[in-house]
Amino acid sequence: MDCYTANWNPLGDSAFYRKYELYSMDWDLKEELRDCLVAAAPYGGPIALLRNPWRKEKAASVRPVLEIYSASGLPLASLLWKSGPVVSLGWSAEEELLCVQEDGGVLVYGLHGDFRRHFSMGNEVLQNRVLDARIFHTEFGSGVAILTGAHRFTLSANVSDLKLRRMPEVPGLQGAPSCWTALCQDRVAHILLAVGPDLYLLDQSACSAVTPSGLAPGVSSFLQMAVSFTYRHLALFTDTGYIWMGTASLKEKLCEFNCNIRAPPKQMVWCSRPRSKERAVVVAWERRLMVVGDAPESIQYKQLTIQVLLDRLVLRRLYPLAIQICEYLRLPEVQGVSRILAHWACYKVQQKDVSDEDVARAINQKLGDTPGVSYSDIAARAYGCGRTELAIKLLEYEPRSGEQVPLLLKMKRSKLALSKAIESGDTDLVFTVLLHLKNELNRGDFFMTLRNQPMALSLYRQFCKHQELETLKDLYNQDDNHQELGSFHIRASYAAEERIEGRVAALQTAADAFYKAKNEFAAKATEDQMRLLRLQRRLEDELGGRFLDLSLHDTVTTLILGGHNKRAEQLARDFRIPDKRLWWLKLTALADLEDWEELEKFSKSKKSPIGYLPFVEICMKQHNKYEAKKYASRVGPEQKVKALLLVGDVAQAADVAIEHRNEAELSLVLSHCTGATDGATADKIQRARAQAQKK
Amino acid sequence: MAAHLSYGRVNLNVLREAVRRELREFLDKCAGSKAIVWDEYLTGPFGLIAQYSLLKEHEVEKMFTLKGSRLPAADVKNIIFFVRPRLELMDIIAENVLSEDKRGPARDFHILFVPRRSLLCEQRLKDLGVLGSFIHREEYSLDLIPFDGDLLSMESEGAFKECYLEDQTSLYHAAKGLMTLQALYGTIPQIFGKGECARQVANMMIRMKREFTGSQNSIFPVFDNLLLLDRNVDLLTPLATQLTYEGLIDEIYGIQNSYVKLPPEKFVPKKQGDGGKDLPTEAKKLQLNSAEELYAEIRDKNFNAVGSVLSKKAKVISAAFEERHNAKTVGEIKQFVSQLPHMQAARGSLANHTSIAELIKDVTTSEDFFDKLTVEQEFMSGIDTDKVNSYIEDCIAQKHPLIKVLRLVCLQSVCNSGLKQKVLDYYKREILQTYGYEHILTLYNLEKAGLLKPQTGGRNNYPTIRKTLRLWMDDVNEQNPTDISYVYSGYAPLSVRLAQLLSRPGWRSIEEVLRMLPGPHFEERQPLPTGLQKKRQPGENRVTLIFFLGGVTFAEIAALRFLSQLEDGGTEYVIATTKLMNGASWIESLMEKPF
Repeated sequence: MDCYTANWNPLGDSAFYRKYELYSMDWDLKEELRDCLVAAAPYGGPIALLRNPWRKEKAASVRPVLEIYSASGLPLASLLWKSGPVVSLGWSAEEELLCVQEDGGVLVYGLHGDFRRHFSMGNEVLQNRVLDARIFHTEFGSGVAILTGAHRFTLSANVSDLKLRRMPEVPGLQGAPSCWTALCQDRVAHILLAVGPDLYLLDQSACSAVTPSGLAPGVSSFLQMAVSFTYRHLALFTDTGYIWMGTASLKEKLCEFNCNIRAPPKQMVWCSRPRSKERAVVVAWERRLMVVGDAPESIQYKQLTIQVLLDRLVLRRLYPLAIQICEYLRLPEVQGVSRILAHWACYKVQQKDVSDEDVARAINQKLGDTPGVSYSDIAARAYGCGRTELAIKLLEYEPRSGEQVPLLLKMKRSKLALSKAIESGDTDLVFTVLLHLKNELNRGDFFMTLRNQPMALSLYRQFCKHQELETLKDLYNQDDNHQELGSFHIRASYAAEERIEGRVAALQTAADAFYKAKNEFAAKATEDQMRLLRLQRRLEDELGGRFLDLSLHDTVTTLILGGHNKRAEQLARDFRIPDKRLWWLKLTALADLEDWEELEKFSKSKKSPIGYLPFVEICMKQHNKYEAKKYASRVGPEQKVKALLLVGDVAQAADVAIEHRNEAELSLVLSHCTGATDGATADKIQRARAQAQKK
Repeated sequence: MAAHLSYGRVNLNVLREAVRRELREFLDKCAGSKAIVWDEYLTGPFGLIAQYSLLKEHEVEKMFTLKGSRLPAADVKNIIFFVRPRLELMDIIAENVLSEDKRGPARDFHILFVPRRSLLCEQRLKDLGVLGSFIHREEYSLDLIPFDGDLLSMESEGAFKECYLEDQTSLYHAAKGLMTLQALYGTIPQIFGKGECARQVANMMIRMKREFTGSQNSIFPVFDNLLLLDRNVDLLTPLATQLTYEGLIDEIYGIQNSYVKLPPEKFVPKKQGDGGKDLPTEAKKLQLNSAEELYAEIRDKNFNAVGSVLSKKAKVISAAFEERHNAKTVGEIKQFVSQLPHMQAARGSLANHTSIAELIKDVTTSEDFFDKLTVEQEFMSGIDTDKVNSYIEDCIAQKHPLIKVLRLVCLQSVCNSGLKQKVLDYYKREILQTYGYEHILTLYNLEKAGLLKPQTGGRNNYPTIRKTLRLWMDDVNEQNPTDISYVYSGYAPLSVRLAQLLSRPGWRSIEEVLRMLPGPHFEERQPLPTGLQKKRQPGENRVTLIFFLGGVTFAEIAALRFLSQLEDGGTEYVIATTKLMNGASWIESLMEKPF
């Protein structure tokens, strides 16, 4: 029984290997593989081939063909390449084929050769052209790294959320690096490159020289480098035929080997089987293959999750099989069946021979309101295939306005978008549509649309209030909203105009608007304000000092404080300041001036409409008991006790309270009996109380 | 640190932890050292969620306030803007980014929008040519912030003005906040509401629920029902002066994000031989929440009942300190020493609140406070609401603060279902002449909000509302209250009365009054899967989440807490609001100053 070991060959001292054919490829290649750009997707995914006519000196006149095969060589797609020269091909984690062109444009295809989208790697790349490119995979997704003709690197760590990062310059780099690769460490993408005997690590902010731990001496150039599938390990091949294998951080060496072959290898890749403890690199030359490895601790990859498996089935349009697997595994609907149905629907909308109604109905019948299905995604796909009407029909099934609106806008159905946005209550969404509409429609139509949507109108007014005052005015005008127009011009009279004439004119416009709004009060008040402004202006001219923008009350006070009593009186009469308030005003002003003589004269000018208690209070506030006492005697009976207490005449207060037979007043006086001399008064009150109770 | 959030019937620490987690996740996305540039308005609310230590753990090394021109120098890898989605802030951010020194080390910019990412703002950044400069643009849905074990607030400054005068963005945020709460505490089976805004929020919630049909909420519901109340259903309550301890602190000093700043003189430790020379000039800042045992006990009491508690506490504490003389054995001394930190904290807390109570007493015993309160109480009990009030007249004539005057005039208007045109015009004219014609804009805002209005149809509904809802109680007991009216020494807050009547016997009994109040009243049910339906134990209280759209006062919160702790109340309340406010801050938010 020698057949079990017959085809095993020794590899070094302790390992064996064997070679056998798993299956033969079904393809029928027209080109030599060596003349093609080749990209094979991980996990036995598809293989893309593009014959590379641009590599030769003379570009061939025939257009190359892009072919996609399954891992076993079944043809999946074939299309004529009509775009520019391609530098590199690669598959994304979602099995999308990324074709990096020389001009930095990246074209994205599905595995059936369907064009998905296009993006650019930026202006700098466009100017300097792409010298070399790598597609790499991180936990965020798939990235693209570019080496430009100016020997600078630009990369995006995730092509589905494109953010371009231009890496810093490598000091002294004149030509292309001898080899380079993209690394992913601490969730950040880096570039490792070799220039002569030196290695450099580029991150976003710096370029630093690095040295692999335990590197054998004598290296004058690195010819190849290979990073492992998990980005944890790195292998370097030097011009001395020496291979260094270690961690991607370069800080730890796993093993080294000298193969004594100094020719640059054509390819070097890491290989290892799932659950295998062995890690190895395979190095290939034109006619030689070498496996270098060690046997350290275990590594397990579980990257091919059930989700990824389902995605793969869906991409191959094996929907029923995928659904059966979900049901068998009892996956939650959102992760399982709904997602697959959504994919099916996206495929369904591409069937151009079926009418919009039928497609929409078929999709809704199958999907219903299955949780987790995004009708807007399906609609977006329909729109992408040029089926706008179908997209609108599908959007009707979408419960989330946030999802409906952007697509409706894209399809130029702005008015429909507006009503959907309003329904959602999301004001930001409404704003977005409004700004769209504003650019899309002429002013008249735009205003008309607003008029029919009160919520949108009030939002837009709010926006204009802060951003476009003139438009706000137009809006009020259109609605004959004279009240708001009045307020608008009041604000304008403060904001824009410095000159008094301008301010008065703005106020006049406001007053006119208030009249139109039948708001007589506001109109009259505004006219009063105009009158006051003009007057204040005149006062400033004649008397000096500052009057503008003082209130009427403060204007009169200022006049009294300045000794212009006549003018104060005149102003009070002109504006019909009520007597009571005028008395308070004068009282306060004269007390502030401590003009006691004038105050007394004033108090005697006629009977005070506010009584005399305020006189007592204000004198006491200025600590003038002498003056206060003068007025205390004139305070009416109701407030007499309070006044007497204020000036500190407890005894007399007691007498008055007793006379009034007022219990509240009695206790008030009693609470003031704190001094040593008040004992007799307190007794008197107690006696009066007792007497009152007897009766 | 935030243990007091978990003492209540509903553990609000769960919410706090959830938002903290979200914040950490965002910070970790921006790998490396960071500087945060703050929209100043956000720092207060954020303080309740995450202290600087949390930020520091995630490599935040510098903090700046958002302002124009160039950013201050900072040797960090990431610059993160924490902002509300407002256009004017976008302009400042763009200015910062554009004036970045190109020669310096390249820094990564990020934006965190609070509480919502905004297309409008992103469009503005795009127009200004800086949108591409930002690596992460995300939103941080900090809608409802836990303030206490039973209190959540959105702290959105202009919520009332926004809802009633402008647009309804804050209602959308409120609905979003309620969805977040439901994701953490289960679907709320019953929604009640009164008012136009309440109706809209309920509609949005129902709509949003439909949008999330995929993710079945399998959490057992914590809340039994939700009551959405429009502030404009009860415009009266915030206008009255709050008379609870916490309410008065807020009325007099203003509580901001649970902190109050007090005049420092009262808080100087009394030392001998130090003739009080170096008086501190910086305000004393204190945090007020139920983490402080004593404060939890007195915050919701009528101020007149606070003094006796404080003096009782003082006796207990000094007795506890006296215990040291009785401690003879080593064991006893050890026992005493172990209690010392707690006792010292209690003594500190007592000293603080004694000082605060003294400060408040100075105000409440003043003649003017008494006169003002008398007028308020006359209005609320329906006396002389239909003619010009001489106290208000005198206040204007003496140029008392305008906010005080407006508050009183509005109170009179609300208690009279609007003022007679002649009375209204008289007040307005007096105000314009005394305080300046520019206030015509403020007066118009108050009219639009319904706070000030002419009586239409000549009918005053307030007496009917007052009688039916028993808003005025003559026999109020401030020390040992038996009714919510103790919080205003006689007036029972209308909003809380509505909540109380909803819980028992139900709103059907007050249909007529409900129709007199603005906006629709409604009830909605959110069906629950059978497994999640609650079987209440006999005697187990229901939990109601009551959401005040447009603001709530501390006195109303106190009244709800009073209902929660009633033994036969049957309902415990968790309170949510767009803003914690009082009459003054409310009126101020509606004022417009054109220059």
